[in-house]
Amino acid sequence: MKSSVIVFPGSNCDRDIAVALDKFNIKNQMVWHDETDLPKSDLVVLPGGFSFGDYLRTGCIASKSKIIKSVIDHASKGGLLLGICNGFQILIETSLLPGALLRNKKLKFISKNVYLKVTNSNNIFCLGYKKKDIIKFPIAHNEGNYFAKNDIIKNLEDKNLIAFKYCDNKGVINIHSNPNGSSNNIAGILNKNKNVLGLMPHPERAIDPLLSSIDGSIMFKSLIQ
Amino acid sequence: MKLSSKIISEHGLKKDEYNKIVSLIGRDPNLLELGIFSAMWNEHCSYKSSKKHLKNLPTKNKKVIQGPGENAGVIDIDDNDAIIFKIESHNHPSFIEPYQGAATGVGGILRDVFTMGARPIACLNSIHFGDQNHPKTKNLLNGVVSGIGGYGNCIGIPTVGGEVKFNSSYNENILVNAMAVGLAKKNKIFYSKAEGLNKSVIYVGSKTGRDGIHGASMASAEFDENAEDKKPTVQVGDPFTEKLLLEACLELMKDDSIISIQDMGAAGLTSSSIEMASKGNLGIEINLNKIPCREEKMTPYEMMLSESQERMLIILNPEKEENAKKIFKKWNLDFSIIGKTTNTKNIVLKFNNEEVANLPLKSLSSEAPLYDRKWKSNPLPKKIKISEKVKSYKILESFKKILKSPNNSNKNWVCHQYDQTVMGDTVQGSGGDSAVVRIHGSNKGVAITIDSSTDYCLSHPITGGKQIVSEAWRNLISVGASPIAITNCLNFGNPEKENIMGQFVECVDGISQASKYLDFPVVSGNVSFYNETNNKAISPTPTIGGVGLIKNLDNMITKNFKHENSIILVIGKTLGHLHQSEFFREVVNDHSGPPPEVNLFNEKNNGFVVQKIISKKLTNAVHDVSSGGILLALFEMCVDGEIGINIEIPNNNIVTHQYLFGEDQSRYIIEISEKNKNEVYNILKENSVYYETIGKTIKENIIVKNEFNININELKKINTEWFASYC
Amino acid sequence: MKISAIVTLKDDVLDPQGKVVNQTLKNMGYTNITNVRQGKYFEIELNESNEEKAKKTAHEICKKLLINTVIEDYKIYLK
Repeated sequence: MKSSVIVFPGSNCDRDIAVALDKFNIKNQMVWHDETDLPKSDLVVLPGGFSFGDYLRTGCIASKSKIIKSVIDHASKGGLLLGICNGFQILIETSLLPGALLRNKKLKFISKNVYLKVTNSNNIFCLGYKKKDIIKFPIAHNEGNYFAKNDIIKNLEDKNLIAFKYCDNKGVINIHSNPNGSSNNIAGILNKNKNVLGLMPHPERAIDPLLSSIDGSIMFKSLIQ
Repeated sequence: MKLSSKIISEHGLKKDEYNKIVSLIGRDPNLLELGIFSAMWNEHCSYKSSKKHLKNLPTKNKKVIQGPGENAGVIDIDDNDAIIFKIESHNHPSFIEPYQGAATGVGGILRDVFTMGARPIACLNSIHFGDQNHPKTKNLLNGVVSGIGGYGNCIGIPTVGGEVKFNSSYNENILVNAMAVGLAKKNKIFYSKAEGLNKSVIYVGSKTGRDGIHGASMASAEFDENAEDKKPTVQVGDPFTEKLLLEACLELMKDDSIISIQDMGAAGLTSSSIEMASKGNLGIEINLNKIPCREEKMTPYEMMLSESQERMLIILNPEKEENAKKIFKKWNLDFSIIGKTTNTKNIVLKFNNEEVANLPLKSLSSEAPLYDRKWKSNPLPKKIKISEKVKSYKILESFKKILKSPNNSNKNWVCHQYDQTVMGDTVQGSGGDSAVVRIHGSNKGVAITIDSSTDYCLSHPITGGKQIVSEAWRNLISVGASPIAITNCLNFGNPEKENIMGQFVECVDGISQASKYLDFPVVSGNVSFYNETNNKAISPTPTIGGVGLIKNLDNMITKNFKHENSIILVIGKTLGHLHQSEFFREVVNDHSGPPPEVNLFNEKNNGFVVQKIISKKLTNAVHDVSSGGILLALFEMCVDGEIGINIEIPNNNIVTHQYLFGEDQSRYIIEISEKNKNEVYNILKENSVYYETIGKTIKENIIVKNEFNININELKKINTEWFASYC
Repeated sequence: MKISAIVTLKDDVLDPQGKVVNQTLKNMGYTNITNVRQGKYFEIELNESNEEKAKKTAHEICKKLLINTVIEDYKIYLK
């Protein structure tokens, strides 16, 4: 499997995702935002960080980068596209995914481990979670509060396009297990064709037993199957 | 033209200092030149009150590559790897504008580290606020924590540890000490000494504006009621630009383009250009028309003294200039050749084709005033016999009071605002004895700790100084590291007052004694004086940042109890010293008496034995005992897991309160299994280390025989209440 | 030519920052302030003397970049 990680000025989780891809033998290239062409890739990743300093709106300036057209083309042709944290914000700004990501409800940056319920494991990213659907990932963000109009949320629910929801260690999804105020505890969503996934938590930070849970490994293993 | 005495004093220069300037340069300085002297001769840049005493600090050991005198200290951690680290204060700006003051403090210390070629891998901080009931405290706490998080998170460096303290002595003078640690290759370390004649001096980074003018002078002055008016002198940081600057510099540092490099911090272009040139024994000429400005009509004075952030000064190999220009263009940063090195040994500034300043470099550096300030010694306070009244305090109620207090409350409210796991190498974050960060791509790690002990230092500065170095040392040992070196941030009041100077001299003496004995030298740091408002000084607060090496992370250890039915061992003798303890302060409201004695022999001996036990994998959990005493240390070992304790106080001549809350030094608590106990006891006996078994680990409850039996979760709840309700 | 754009949150979008500002004002004694919503202000300078063309450009850039169409509305004013 071949991947490309797009690097924007201000991206800071690009090395982390590159390490994860390398760990699972995915052949990866780093691509600078100013390029126009993507190398041949099965998977494109938009990493976490503060691209363009979060100026104007998070992910906004990055979504107008030169490389984005190729990224959108790649997705429209069925290529896999993964947006993590700031990457998810960029996907929202490109309209590849619907809705908006607002400031966390309590207006503070939140960095901690959270439990997630994998609510759709029928997609290439989440196949491995069929056997384990309550997982633990770290979150670290200021604007992770997912918002969309009621009809969009209803569509996401009805078409089963929500991949992850915040829950507690027993899988209970409610206001107490919601760290940032996201509508319906939404932590990650898919596009209609399920080849584009955007999520706020960091799977690349959950691959090393020395540091944390290894629930992120399951996602990378799913990708290479 | 002679300048008025008003202008001279507004620049923070005393009459005799001004006269010295005139005699050194043979004439009166003009206003720009006065501004330059004001910046270079103030306490923050010249260390004029502290240099004499800092000379006594030990600065070398087998692992030290670079001690004090550069942007940061450098130590060898094997395999051609080096760790570059430093701590610095940003106290005065943070009181005026807490968010930006704290943010730019983080930005400044990061630059000190990456300017030497290191990719920063961890940030820590020690922040001190006034009493919780003081009207300014809440706002300052919120602002500082947001600022630290705002900067560190955006630039993508994990903030892995720190301390948050509250004490009424900081009511009008908070402290923000920021520490940064970076990783470099030993054979690729960059220094600030200018080399070579006629070499281009290049400015890179953000444009220069009017922010922070005279920030360095503000740091060297006390506040009065008009502190708020000082707002324009606070610098404004942009972590995104710093991230670009970091990546651009590290890209440039991949080859041998850079001859020397220095970041522009306190006193901006003035201090960086002067320090670079004087270290290299050269002169420097700057054409101010070439300075990238973001405001219109900036004067030479403003350009030289601006403390706009995210800027560096570089001297490049001439053939590499074009390539360097490309790199900075890629990262969208300014790149301007602003001057050259000369052999005049002067700093010459030109503006609009006129010479606007011309000063001998040594008058600004080596000939800056050096004071041997008068100081008063602080005698050791008398110990008072424990009164019957103390025995009347109920143990559990007292413990709950300590757990509820701001200084001992769970700090998740703070550390959840800091990204601790970015960069993918944080092995232990906030909450442990030390933070542990893996060296990327290897199985070794650095352990990092940051500590201070204000009340001990106020009570007896020498002992306080010894204690804080010893505590840093213990904290590193407790995670399985070998301590290597320290950085220190010395926060004090006005050194022109004999009692304050005495606190400084004696704290430094204590630090020196402990550092020498433990082979734990000082490789970097800074001094922050004049932390006073309306004549009320802060308590003496030396902050120590310690770094150690864990050669193999398989041998790292954490503090939480791992199994039920383990034996709990206290290493080191408990004499039951209650003066200056949390118990006396929070429960009895008694601030009298001396701090606990520091016996350096025991400190070293006990520490080495704990290291041996850890390296032989004979223990499952280790925690050092410090403020709060044994009971608080035990609680901290229970709090992460579901494991509790059942202990009985050993038979001795001290009162229960003394055993559980005494803050005697050189002690550790370790968890050992039945099968390992004999081997552990033998090691302790062979090395003449005092130890006591006090009980066993059990499920969920905390039981102290004859005192109380309580579920951990109830105590956890009390411990997390304060921050949640305060903020 | 100078054009101002005022960007506001759509009515149904939660504005926690506006809420905090509102509460702070109440704590400062302004008990008659009932609601605050926070927005953004842009000042755009164009090399364009034709008013209609300038307005057209302003509308375009607001929709394409300056606002998040999911949660924000805007109004433009000629200076």
